[in-house]
Amino acid sequence: MSDAVVSLECPKELERVPLVTSARKFPWITQAVSEIVENRTPVWWWVLFLPLSALALFGLTCIGYQISNGVGVWGENHPNGWAWDITNFVFWIGIGHAGTLISAILFLTRQKWRTSINRASEAMTLFAVMCAAIFPGIHVGRVWMAWFLAPIPNANAIWPNFRSPLLWDVFAVSTYFTVSVLFWYTGLVPDLATLRDRAKSRVVKYIYGIFALGWRGSNRHWRHYEMAYLILAGLSTPLVLSVHSIVSFDFATSIVPGWHTTIFPPYFVAGAIFGGFAMVLTILLPARIVYPKLDDLITRQHVDKMAKIILLTGSIVGYAYLMELFIAWYSANVYERAAFWNRAFGWYGWAYWCMMTCNVVIPQFFWIKKLRTNYIAVFIICQFVNAGMWFERFVIIVTSLAQDFLPSSWGHYSPSWVEIWTFAGTFGIFLSLFLLFMRFLPMIAMSEIKIVVPEADAHHKPSTAH
Amino acid sequence: MAEYRKVYGLGAEFDSAHDLLHAAEKIRDAGFKRWDVHTPFPVHGMDAAMGLGKSWLSAPVLVGGTTGLVTALVLTMVPSFGIYPVIVHGKPFNFFTSPAFMPIFFELTVLFSAVTAVFSIMAFNRLPMWYHPVFNWKRFERASDDGFFLVIESRDPKFNEAKTRELLESIGGKHVTLIHD
Repeated sequence: MSDAVVSLECPKELERVPLVTSARKFPWITQAVSEIVENRTPVWWWVLFLPLSALALFGLTCIGYQISNGVGVWGENHPNGWAWDITNFVFWIGIGHAGTLISAILFLTRQKWRTSINRASEAMTLFAVMCAAIFPGIHVGRVWMAWFLAPIPNANAIWPNFRSPLLWDVFAVSTYFTVSVLFWYTGLVPDLATLRDRAKSRVVKYIYGIFALGWRGSNRHWRHYEMAYLILAGLSTPLVLSVHSIVSFDFATSIVPGWHTTIFPPYFVAGAIFGGFAMVLTILLPARIVYPKLDDLITRQHVDKMAKIILLTGSIVGYAYLMELFIAWYSANVYERAAFWNRAFGWYGWAYWCMMTCNVVIPQFFWIKKLRTNYIAVFIICQFVNAGMWFERFVIIVTSLAQDFLPSSWGHYSPSWVEIWTFAGTFGIFLSLFLLFMRFLPMIAMSEIKIVVPEADAHHKPSTAH
Repeated sequence: MAEYRKVYGLGAEFDSAHDLLHAAEKIRDAGFKRWDVHTPFPVHGMDAAMGLGKSWLSAPVLVGGTTGLVTALVLTMVPSFGIYPVIVHGKPFNFFTSPAFMPIFFELTVLFSAVTAVFSIMAFNRLPMWYHPVFNWKRFERASDDGFFLVIESRDPKFNEAKTRELLESIGGKHVTLIHD
C-alpha cells in the first residue's frame, strides 16, 4: 500500500516555465521597461524614424494629390470600383485584431503570458486601425462630404441607410477604435504613474502626471480598476469578433460571385488574427534585438505560443479556402464555379497561388518546434504571412469584380503609382507611430507583468525576509 | 519642516505583498475604517484582507449599455419606420426588416458600455486627483515600482498618533512616517 502514495513533487518536464525568466524582481522590471523611455534617443531610432516619417509624408502627399484631383488618379475604374483601397482597408483593420485578441480574449481565458505583449499589440491595433480608416475615408472621393456617413439631421434631407453593411462598417470601426483607445489608456494609467514617479525633470513629471490622473496604486482603486478592466475585456471580446464579421458583410451581403458566401465572417476573423499575430511578431522581434533586456520578459515561450496561434489560425484559413472551392463546385452555380476557376487560373491566378503558398503552406513549418523558437525563422515566416494576407484581400476583391457575370463587362485592373505610394505611405505612418510609442510610453505593461512573478503572490513567503 | 501643517495620517512600508496582506488583515481586525494600502499592482486577496466587498462598477455599465441599446433602437427604427423611411431598390422598409439593424444595436451597446466603464473608474475612484497628501512622502514614489505601503488616515476615529505608530511597527511596518496634508 505504501507504494501507492502519490508524490506531490511535480516531474521536471511538467513544471511550468516561468513567464519572466532569470527570476527578475520588481525593480528590475520597472527599470528595464522605463529606461527605454528615459534614456537618450538612440541613433538607430533616428535612422529608422527619419526615412519612415518621410515615407509617411509622401503617402499623405499622395492622398492630398488624390483629393485635389479625384479618385481618377487611381487605377481603379469600372468594373473594379473596389481595388487596392479596400484591400488595404481590410488588410490594416485585420492586423488590429491580434492586439485586441491578446488584450481581451487572452485576458478572459486567463492566459498570463499575454501580459508582456499586450501593451505593444494594443498600440499596434490603434495604429493599424488609423491606417485602415484612411482608405474608405478617401475612397468616397469628395472627402468633405464624408460626414454624410454620420446620422446627423441636416437640411439636405439625407439620412444614412441603416440597412447597408457599409454603414454598419462605419459604426463597427469607429466603435472598435474608441473602445481600443479606452482599453489601452486604462491599462496605461498605472504605468504612467510609474514614469511620473521616476521622472527627473519637472516638465516630464508634469506631463506624465497629468495623464496618470493622480494614480497612487491604492487598493480601493485597484478594486474598481480590475472590475472595469474585466468589463472592458468582456466587451472587447465580442466586439473584435463583430468588427471583421461586419467587414466581411460588405462582401457577403452582395450578390457578386465569390463574395456571396456564409463562410465569410468566421473566415475573415480567423484571417485577421492570423495576419495580426504575424505583424505583432514583425515589430516585437526587432524590438527584442535593440533592447536585449526584454529577453527576460518576451521570452522564447511567448514567441513559441504566438507561432502556435499563427499555425492554428493559418490552418483555419486554409480550411476556409478549401471549403470555398468545395462549395463553389457543390453549389452547381455556374457563376460561382467560374469565379473560383478564374481565381485560380484566370487573370490574377498568380496572386491566388501567392496567397495559397504564403497563408496555407508556409505557416505549416510552425509544426516544427525548432523553427518556432528560432527568431529568424519566425520573422521570415511572418513576412510571408503578412504578404499572404494582403494577397488574400486582393484576390477576394479584384478577381470577383474584374470577372463577374458577363464577359462583356469584364475589365482588367492594375494600380497607379498614387495607389502604390499611398499604401507604402501607410506603412510609414504605422511604423513611425510605433517608433514614437516606443520612445514615449512604456511598451510593456509593468503593473501587469509584475503580477506574474512569484513574489506578487501574497501567499508566497519571501525567502529573504524573516 | 512644516509642523504647522495638518496631519493626514501615518504611513508604513512593508517588505512584500505577503507581509502587506497580513498587515492589512490585522488593521482590518483592529477596526480601522479610513485606511488604504498602496501597491504597484493589484494584490490578489487584498480586497478580502481589507474587508472590501465586490466592486459594483458593473452597475453603471449596465445602465450605460442599456442607454446605448435604446439609443440604437431609436436612431434606427424611428426614422426608418416613421419619420423618414429610406427606400432602397424598392425593398421592404417595415418592422420586419429590423434584423438589419442588429449590428448597430450591438455596436452602440458596446460603445456606450465601454465609455461608461472608463468614466466610472474615474468617478468611483475620484480621479483625476492630481494632488494627494501621500505624494508628500518621499518614500511613496516607490509605490509604483516595488514598494508596499499602508496608510492610516488621521480622520479615522481609532487613530492615535502614538498608539497607531506602535501598532504599525508591531505588525512589521518599516519607516513609519507621519504624512502631512
